[in-house]
Amino acid sequence: MSDKYFLLMILVCAASTFALRALPFIAFNKRTPEFIKYLGRTQPAAVMAMLVIYCLKDADILGGLHAMPEIISCLVVIVLHVWKRSALLSIIGGTACYMIIVQNFML
Amino acid sequence: MVMGIGFGILLSAKGYNALWAFIMSVSIYSGTAQYLFINFISDKASLSTVALTSIITGARYLFYGVSMIDLYKKFKNKFKRLYMILALTDETYALMSVSTYLNGKEREEYCTYIAWLDHVYWIVGTVLGGILGAFIPFNTKGIDFSLTALFITICVDQWLDKANKFTNHLSALTGFASSLICLMIFGRKNFLIPSMAAIIIILFLLKDFINKNNIKESEI
Repeated sequence: MSDKYFLLMILVCAASTFALRALPFIAFNKRTPEFIKYLGRTQPAAVMAMLVIYCLKDADILGGLHAMPEIISCLVVIVLHVWKRSALLSIIGGTACYMIIVQNFML
Repeated sequence: MVMGIGFGILLSAKGYNALWAFIMSVSIYSGTAQYLFINFISDKASLSTVALTSIITGARYLFYGVSMIDLYKKFKNKFKRLYMILALTDETYALMSVSTYLNGKEREEYCTYIAWLDHVYWIVGTVLGGILGAFIPFNTKGIDFSLTALFITICVDQWLDKANKFTNHLSALTGFASSLICLMIFGRKNFLIPSMAAIIIILFLLKDFINKNNIKESEI
């Protein structure tokens, strides 16, 4: 990827994010539409679930290891997080587990 | 700060140094969007995917904005208002919205400090990570999983949240199901945009059902 395209991607991402932050001040100065409020309550959990799937899209379920590195590491994150509720611990624990598996058991 | 350092390290593992981290943290200034960006790099994502994904995943900023309209009216200086809009992140929003015990001028000043201090911490963290990343002596293969882990922890938090249990569970299941099905139909490269569309359509169809159960839930 060229640096120029990379810079363009940053610009697009920055502009979209800024537009979202600015829109309410321009559009909803008086009243927020019901459906927008409703999406605000309901959509975040669905989007997070979607992002998890997006991150795991390259896991190779049909391959030799049947995505075991991903499955095991995800379970580590979930168990750590339900147990201790510390995001930092869960993230570091799960990532370390994944790195150890892919660096030592996969060629 | 820790999240910032993590981002800088990941970005440098992708071959982009601290200067790029600096540019991104100044202009985008959103943890979720920047972490997702790491994946956009490996996928060589199209500009429309970048835009749409940033919008859908950042939709919460709309609601932050809505609740800040009255406060921001007090910022008479145009540039200051614009900056405060750019700086409306999760952390800053949380700190600003609990500052109601302050009044008038005091609250304005407090919010301005919060906004730019948060921004400075984020920039310093990501740049530091970018510099550290260049010196990491061990094999970083698999470090991308930290992004997956981050999103899983947020999912778990949402799932265990006592308030709005019913809505959150239904919404999370909608998200899982729509993206899995879209992944199977559209394939790894193109499933994100159809998934977002499916989520919004399904939530729209479930509107009456969810609202009815929400009322029940709040009565308990």
